[in-house]
Amino acid sequence: MKCEQMLKLLGDYIDGEIDPQMCELFERHMASCPRCQIVVDTIRKTIALYREGELLFEMPVPIRERLHQRIRQRWQEKFGSRSGEE
Amino acid sequence: MERAQAGDLNAFETLVSRYERRIWALAKQMLQHDQDAEDVVQDTFLTALEHLHALRHGERFGAWLKQIATRLAYRVLAKRKRMPTESLDALLSEDPDEEETTLPRPQLVADWRDSPEALLQRKETMRLIEEALQQLPEKYRVVFWLRDVEQLSTRETAEALGISEANVKVRLLRARLMLREYLTRLFGADAEQILTHND
Repeated sequence: MKCEQMLKLLGDYIDGEIDPQMCELFERHMASCPRCQIVVDTIRKTIALYREGELLFEMPVPIRERLHQRIRQRWQEKFGSRSGEE
Repeated sequence: MERAQAGDLNAFETLVSRYERRIWALAKQMLQHDQDAEDVVQDTFLTALEHLHALRHGERFGAWLKQIATRLAYRVLAKRKRMPTESLDALLSEDPDEEETTLPRPQLVADWRDSPEALLQRKETMRLIEEALQQLPEKYRVVFWLRDVEQLSTRETAEALGISEANVKVRLLRARLMLREYLTRLFGADAEQILTHND
């Protein structure tokens, strides 16, 4: 297997959806090709970075305040004074 | 959840606070527009409020919100599509140029100096990875966010965007390769260790 063929199978390999036979060829190639190893590894790091960073995306305070204000307003319309704040 | 369903506003707001950042991130990254994203976030939680009693499994609340937000954000994208915006036309249509044969080859190949966990400890990382994401064409960015961050399946992503599963896969691979390339420039080991991938 050559690097070019690796590229086409990369997505399925990373998602664990690669055909077992192809997987074996893929991993055999990687064992002898440090560059492809690094590509796979840094794609995994790329995904991890966004997945773990998801909760660190800041929500601007005014947007948060307007959201809660809108919710309280709608809650009041729907349930009246039965707000559970007692 | 039960308290919110019983009419306790404080309990509902606690739930909102738990999920609002995640829903904001989803809407913002899909739409890249603060006002549109704010509308989607508000509509998501208002829809949840209206249908709160229908939810039987409280533990599915987060997944339920994500589904609502994805659907609402998609509607915004579809509405934009009806406007003469070239990039958005491309987002929602099948693209015959997206054959695997034209996949971008990795150019910069170097391991990163730090792990994702260590990178996230640094203040500037969030800004840098958000900028990297903005470099991607919209059709790739949206697929990457839904598949790799929100962890929707290929089928769910295809259904949400009205494109084929094959197209989702190719767009996702392109997005991953492009982001990897960009981030390797930022986080890759010393320049002399960077190899050009020519095979």
